[in-house]
Amino acid sequence: MVTIVDYGMGNLGSIVNMFKKINVQAKITKDINEIEKADKILLPGVGAFDAAMSKIKESGFTQVLDYKAKEQKVPVLGICLGMQLLTDSSEEGVLPGLGWIPAKTIKFNFTKESGLKVPHMGWNLVKENRPSKLTIDFEEESRFYFVHSYYVKCENDENSILKTNYGLTFDSAIQKDNIFGAQFHPEKSHKFGMKLLKNFEAI
Amino acid sequence: MLQTRVIPCLLLKNDGLVKTVQFKNSSYVGDPINTVRIFNEKEVDELIFLDIQASPLNKEPDFKLLAEIADECFMPLAYGGGLKSIDQVKRIFNIGIEKVAVNSYAHENPSFITEIANLYGSQAVIASIDVKKNFWKKAEVVSSSASIKHKYSPVEWAKELVERGAGEILLTSVDKEGTWEGYDLDLIKSITSVVDIPVIAHGGAGSLDDFSKAKKTANASAMGVGSMVVYQKKDMGVLINFPDRKKLELALA
Repeated sequence: MVTIVDYGMGNLGSIVNMFKKINVQAKITKDINEIEKADKILLPGVGAFDAAMSKIKESGFTQVLDYKAKEQKVPVLGICLGMQLLTDSSEEGVLPGLGWIPAKTIKFNFTKESGLKVPHMGWNLVKENRPSKLTIDFEEESRFYFVHSYYVKCENDENSILKTNYGLTFDSAIQKDNIFGAQFHPEKSHKFGMKLLKNFEAI
Repeated sequence: MLQTRVIPCLLLKNDGLVKTVQFKNSSYVGDPINTVRIFNEKEVDELIFLDIQASPLNKEPDFKLLAEIADECFMPLAYGGGLKSIDQVKRIFNIGIEKVAVNSYAHENPSFITEIANLYGSQAVIASIDVKKNFWKKAEVVSSSASIKHKYSPVEWAKELVERGAGEILLTSVDKEGTWEGYDLDLIKSITSVVDIPVIAHGGAGSLDDFSKAKKTANASAMGVGSMVVYQKKDMGVLINFPDRKKLELALA
């Protein structure tokens, strides 16, 4: 059972739809007690960094999430903004992140001449940087759907499990122990996303 | 590098899928759920559903049908048609659709775009612009299934929509739609040269070469496609299909 934390940001319908499709039990919750009982946690998120950190705090989830991730060490997967929240900080805001993985969230900054638009929106390839349970048995040329204006840079390269190129090379999936993050949207990435979510369920 | 998106733009009428020619003469092409399943198998990049009756008939979106579509849809999904309130937009996002396309109502109330962008981010709002040439071949902005004409030019309107917070523009040429004649490259270029956000070219695609031109000569970020993915060939029967990925990559390289 995967517990999807609803702190009021993001589009949870499509994540639930994909879990249903791959026969993985998942439920959305706003209830601290449910989160406390969770054996796997998915941290979704679309929107702004500070707004998300504030909502987690207002919902009273900060402590229970910290306990689950750092003390009890249940598998946690942050998706998109949910992954950026795992880092120490973001150039998008002033509030500190959860700080579970030593990394920074940085704004894409391209010249007009580069022709590269921000957000980085569309399908892109991922390349394995380090083997992980999250990406086990991935097909060659696995591609995922991305929508983001900020990217994650890990302090230690060993925490980077997938890399993607868009004007520069960034960490598109990260891991430290039981904590995982994916910058793309697995729930919108066909069989590639199904594989990743199945892998997460199997951890 | 980022792969250029090729996006089937599917037209809903009642609860079926139809295809039109120059926004007229709609013919039934199939059941939306079945079609989504086929596009899933073909691993298409993204889908846009447009309800072509919602605005002209002042109807609510068909939330029940959209929920069934979203349940089966494992790629990015956008919906447009008849959206007028944040409440409707919320319901669309809760269903599991992550982008909304706004067209007719933006002409009455452009701050609707801003409201959605503030709540869900610009990436969730596609501003849809329909363009039709008048008797003197001048491009005019139209809406509500091309039944209403507006005074401003496509370029003026596109700039306004970007300022209001749109994340993408779906640019449809009414004259080219359903004709297989190729995109209106001049129209696309006129918009891509003045806005920074992605422009989805739509209307007229008939071959891979048309995609290539839209990308290379007109700088479109994505290609909307209709007839090509619902018919075998021009003037032939219905066949839900999608170009082979390798051929697409070559055409768009």
